[in-house]
Amino acid sequence: MDYDVLIIGAGMSGLAAGIRLAYYGKRVCIVERHHRVGGLNSFYSLGGHRFDVGLHAMTNYVSKGAKSTPLPKLLRQLKLKAEDFALCPQRMSVIRFPDKTLRFNNDFDFFVEDVVDNFPRQTDNFLNLLKTVSEYDELNLYIKPVSARQVMSSILSDPLLIDMILCPLMFYGNAQENDMEFGQLVVMFKSIFCEGFARPQAGARQILDVLVRKYKACGGEFKMRCAVTSLKCVNGKVESILLENGEVLTADSILSSAGYVETMRLLADYDSASFKHDVGKISCMESIMVLDKEIAKMGYDITITFYNNSDRFNYRQPDKLVDVSSGVVCCPNNFQFTDPLPEGMIRITNLANFELWNKLSGDEYRAQKAAWLEAALREVVKFVPDFRDSIIFADVFTPKTIHRFTGHINGAVYGTPNKIKTGKTHLDNLFICGTDQGFLGIVGAMLSGISMANLHFLQKT
Amino acid sequence: MTKEQIRAAVLEIIAQIIPDEDLSNLKGDVPIREQVELDSMDFLDIIMELRKRYGIEVPESEYMQLATLDGSVAYLEPRMRNL
Repeated sequence: MDYDVLIIGAGMSGLAAGIRLAYYGKRVCIVERHHRVGGLNSFYSLGGHRFDVGLHAMTNYVSKGAKSTPLPKLLRQLKLKAEDFALCPQRMSVIRFPDKTLRFNNDFDFFVEDVVDNFPRQTDNFLNLLKTVSEYDELNLYIKPVSARQVMSSILSDPLLIDMILCPLMFYGNAQENDMEFGQLVVMFKSIFCEGFARPQAGARQILDVLVRKYKACGGEFKMRCAVTSLKCVNGKVESILLENGEVLTADSILSSAGYVETMRLLADYDSASFKHDVGKISCMESIMVLDKEIAKMGYDITITFYNNSDRFNYRQPDKLVDVSSGVVCCPNNFQFTDPLPEGMIRITNLANFELWNKLSGDEYRAQKAAWLEAALREVVKFVPDFRDSIIFADVFTPKTIHRFTGHINGAVYGTPNKIKTGKTHLDNLFICGTDQGFLGIVGAMLSGISMANLHFLQKT
Repeated sequence: MTKEQIRAAVLEIIAQIIPDEDLSNLKGDVPIREQVELDSMDFLDIIMELRKRYGIEVPESEYMQLATLDGSVAYLEPRMRNL
């Protein structure tokens, strides 16, 4: 065998799994189709500016000293120090709906008070929801999924409050249309409201550099620009891995972060007629703008703005190219940095339709990007000071771009709505980690890699 | 290694895994996880470190024998005696 474990994908989950395995002496290789690590959380340069691909904020921020929440746990597991991530906490974030605004920061009591102030008649119900959330065992991999909307409507009687709570939780980590699995809601609720937002000083690069350095120091190997073409199976096991460059590798086990259905499609004997599993539809358009000054200079110091302009919050694949009636505005400058960012920047996320974008090409594709950026901006300046005259550079990416770079079917940022929490597949030595295993976000992805490495390769020897 | 050396070795491993915890008052006969902040993932790391440092394989079914410090020393003594 060439390796003990071969990991497909050098995103946050694959790297974290790789560190665990290499640290404990496994022969590990990560194969990555791109020349750069990070997957959906990578980075790039364009027009002389440096951008993160997906990063708005890292969730699960807790100040130094907290021990039992996900972030310190993952630092311990990866043998890293809190300083390695250089996390700068947010200032304040808001959830803006037509008649109400909720504010939250990294102090949970502040959010609770704000909800009580804005929804006084829901006070007891909201406290009940908090009790249900804190008592739920979201780490149990074998618990039966239930609908978050059902659980929430049985506790809260104001649908507006339900929508407002769901809005940030869905935008930052829900693969399902219209509803959310309650366990997933609990994970997101704790990571965003109870814990909080922060940004690594140098963005996604900061985290990725640390992970890559650690992985290499532990003896882990990479094969970059090496797409997996197919997995050959014999007697219920993956026997060998064929790479695009013609190379054939063998490994005792495979841990794939490519997505569940995406991984199944790599099997040499994949049969699309008999294989059934939901594919995700949630994708987005991301508009990233460089400004000639920080938005704080225009009087806006909010870190993340989640907005919705409709009567009800609709979290689903839109039937047009983009749905600008709701979205997320991230002001990366509005974190409490030790060194200010070099440029003013704004990012906007809106739900978008993969199939419609995928049909476009060339001039039409570019024209639609420009038109929808304008539409998104028109909507956003209703909440944020009008910064349109300050834009000096803009880059927009669509579901089509996400598909091209992550390989996710439909450009589904959060993968399949039907998660494989145990990471097991029908093949004895093939496992799933990352987005489709079920822990989402940067911290979630790393925890997914860690827990799957522990469960399937370290615990069982 | 003597029992005392083994106890010191286990404590050193725990100290590396949870550097922020005070281990000076750790009682030998009470489960370690009841005395310091150590979750199941950290506990797994004790097992992994024993393998990495001393080549000791602890099967999953015997993890519980390492729940206390005294238990760990008793379990490891015959396996580390000749190291």
